[in-house]
Amino acid sequence: MKVALFVPCFVDAFFPEVGIATLELLERFGIDVEYPLTQTCCGQPLANSGCQVEAAPVEALFVKNFADYPYIVTPSGSCTHHVRHYLDAIPQTDAVRHVRTHTFELVEFLHDILEVEAFPWAEFPHKVGLHNSCGTLRGLRHASMSELGEPFFSKPLALLGKVKGIEFVTPQRPDECCGFGGTFSLFEEPVSAKMGHDKVSDHKAAGADYIVSADSSCLMHQKGCAERLGLDLKFVHIAQILNGARA
Amino acid sequence: MKRIDHAEAASHFIAAKDNEAFHDKRLWDLRQKRDRIRDEIPEWQALRDLASVIKEHALSHLAGYLEQFETQAKLNGAQVHWALDAADHNHIVGEILAARGVKTLVKSKSMLTDECELRPHLERRGITVVETDLGERIQQLDDEPPSHIVVPAVHKLRGDVAEVFADTIGTDRKNDDPHYLSEQARLNLRPYFLDAEAGMTGANFIVAETGSVVVCTNEGNADLSANLPPLHIVSVGIEKVIPRLADLAVFIRMLSRSALGSPITQYTSHFRQPRPGSEMHIILVDNGRSERLGLADFWTSLKCIRCGACMNTCPVYRRSGGLSYGAIYSGPIGIILNPTQDLRKYSNLPYASTLNGSCTNVCPVKINIHEQIYKWRRVMSEHDQLPFAKKTAMKIASRLLSDPKAYRRTIAATDAALEYLPRFLLYTRFNAWGKQRENPATPDQTFYGWYLKHRSKPK
Amino acid sequence: MNARDTILDTVRRNQPAAVELPVVPMFDADLPALWPQFIAGLERMGGKFVEPAPSADLNALLATLFPQAAVICSATPEVSGNRPLSAVSEPKQLDDVDVGVLRAAFAVAETGSLFLSEIELGVNAIAYLSQHLICLLDPADVIGNLHHAYARPEFRSARYAVLMTGPSATADIEGVLIHGAQGVRSLTVVVAPRLPN
Repeated sequence: MKVALFVPCFVDAFFPEVGIATLELLERFGIDVEYPLTQTCCGQPLANSGCQVEAAPVEALFVKNFADYPYIVTPSGSCTHHVRHYLDAIPQTDAVRHVRTHTFELVEFLHDILEVEAFPWAEFPHKVGLHNSCGTLRGLRHASMSELGEPFFSKPLALLGKVKGIEFVTPQRPDECCGFGGTFSLFEEPVSAKMGHDKVSDHKAAGADYIVSADSSCLMHQKGCAERLGLDLKFVHIAQILNGARA
Repeated sequence: MKRIDHAEAASHFIAAKDNEAFHDKRLWDLRQKRDRIRDEIPEWQALRDLASVIKEHALSHLAGYLEQFETQAKLNGAQVHWALDAADHNHIVGEILAARGVKTLVKSKSMLTDECELRPHLERRGITVVETDLGERIQQLDDEPPSHIVVPAVHKLRGDVAEVFADTIGTDRKNDDPHYLSEQARLNLRPYFLDAEAGMTGANFIVAETGSVVVCTNEGNADLSANLPPLHIVSVGIEKVIPRLADLAVFIRMLSRSALGSPITQYTSHFRQPRPGSEMHIILVDNGRSERLGLADFWTSLKCIRCGACMNTCPVYRRSGGLSYGAIYSGPIGIILNPTQDLRKYSNLPYASTLNGSCTNVCPVKINIHEQIYKWRRVMSEHDQLPFAKKTAMKIASRLLSDPKAYRRTIAATDAALEYLPRFLLYTRFNAWGKQRENPATPDQTFYGWYLKHRSKPK
Repeated sequence: MNARDTILDTVRRNQPAAVELPVVPMFDADLPALWPQFIAGLERMGGKFVEPAPSADLNALLATLFPQAAVICSATPEVSGNRPLSAVSEPKQLDDVDVGVLRAAFAVAETGSLFLSEIELGVNAIAYLSQHLICLLDPADVIGNLHHAYARPEFRSARYAVLMTGPSATADIEGVLIHGAQGVRSLTVVVAPRLPN
């Protein structure tokens, strides 16, 4: 199976280890992973600001880079959410439609497409709080949401549950947004920071040693908040745990 | 009109630590109560579907239902007025009151009359207007608009209320016991109820088939306002009409459950005909609603039943307080309603959201609130309402991100991702990131660099 | 054009594509037992509940429930009271009523609500100006849910109708629940089968 790896700009610049873990993890399942070198961004930061004109050439480049692959996989829920639900600044050609329907966030790719049964190499003997980003929770429907009162399900927990030694803790408000929100984190700094401080405090109070998420952007924000508050919390992307990181 | 700076206003609210903490806790508590009572109703999601479709039906046949309501209300003996806008509405109310020599008007809570700024209009005409919902009364006495559509003074602590009451109705400044304060408000308001020549209410729903006006309160203040004076004026937005009593059941089942987590408001009151010897006037108000109906992306915002569930669940609203939105309607629903009134003034509001989607999923009438917030951002951009610095940054980012070579060059040239972050993200409010957060550590190389070294096949 | 025609004209021009009106089911397949649900609903909303012995004298009961009450006004023949409702020419005259007594036309189990209209109230304001309210209810008059309630003919004939669920309440100051915000401070439902016709 051939897969194109999309490493979003944040991950490329700040969390290369998340990109590496994603790549290695996919390779463990015998997948032929390619990383198109001319990739940049999916257009989300521009489109989320309402700037369709500015998003258009970025989205066009994204489609050009990825249209020839049967699957596009990325360790980012929010980018997948954008590509799947909002990438419409450019004419909706067959190539665009293909990219939009064949881009998968890593967790759903492992859970729904590969239907992974086990991660024999993975062991994470820590207390972990799961942060479902809003893009994964309500956008991609990774997990049941408290708003709807629906039967419980969670793709990330289903995967993490296969990791040896892992222990989960649940914060008071597991579904609450952490306040990153892309450019929201800057233009609405006071609220963003308050939400982030509340989020990491909630996880800490629940006894978490680590916060794990499928979105590096949320983690970057929360890590910044936790460090400023002096909270002893560590942050890890789900790809790293599933790929066998021990800490 | 100057742009509302939500972030700036929110920072002041957050600085009032106790108020912010209580506000967040109280509204989250309402959200949890709503969750619990939702679970008592197995057909909850079916009711949401019904509520949504009934509203969409009513709005897609709005003219017909308004005519049916008018006909029925007139047959019932009510007088029906039509108001194009706020000024029209206020004029109509003023004329009705003047013709009957009304000096004092008691009114129950109505977002619409706040929207129309009725109170100052009548006060200029020498009429004493008395808000009778406790929360709204507190806000009136403090000369502030409501900060929440269901709990108007939720941003205040008991001490704040004690101060307001001490200054305005002469209570003991040192006594901030909510029981004492509520009792003082009751004693202060009772004479107004007894002596007012006119009462005014809003309407949660109006029913076309019966001409009924339906008002929901917990205090019974709408019933006092309407059942004592010889004149009852109802102000209602044209979008509030529903076809049948059978439909009303769906909405009454959802309204208070969504709002407060209670099965129903203490008083769900139905005014169909005036009391013998008294008058009932119903003012159907447009004020931009008929135009909103024509906006393909936004017309479903007219389905709103003003339960406030979207505000209670909104993590941004809970931390910024309703007044930070600078509008009568705050929170997620406010973000999508206000720009139709004044695009420029409210152009920042769609950005006062993380687009987390919680609002959409608690909405009892299934308005896609967060998607409309997203769409409003597009409208703002199309209408050049983005601040110059933000727009410029977007243009630069667009050029950079659509040119792989330039993109890589930029990262390489600055030789550190942290240098590239400000360029890409911190274009305005410089170092907004670092005020209350640590910056991310800069890795030695990008993923791109690692990939070239470890995986790239020579071509 | 006048405002009415301008509004209707704009509405017609802008109405979205027609959406069909759905049938609203009664959602009554698995309703819980009516009476216990009604009591639970009423108490949840701050109402009180008294079930006197079948032969009990309601006037005597009232005297036990509200020994301090000076002015009692009754809109139902089972209780006499000392302020005849027929003497009330203006609603505000009810301001000094300590206890108002009514009989609900019916009640809704789902929410714990009592249905009252001008027929039951005599003067509507009695339900709001009284300090305390007693409402007689025949258990046979309890119906299942709000769908059944809104199917009742009373909503089409009453000038004024209220679904009353507990006493006047507010939580507008710091979320502290307070009964007697504006209207009645307490609401007590008394089990009392209807008098034979």
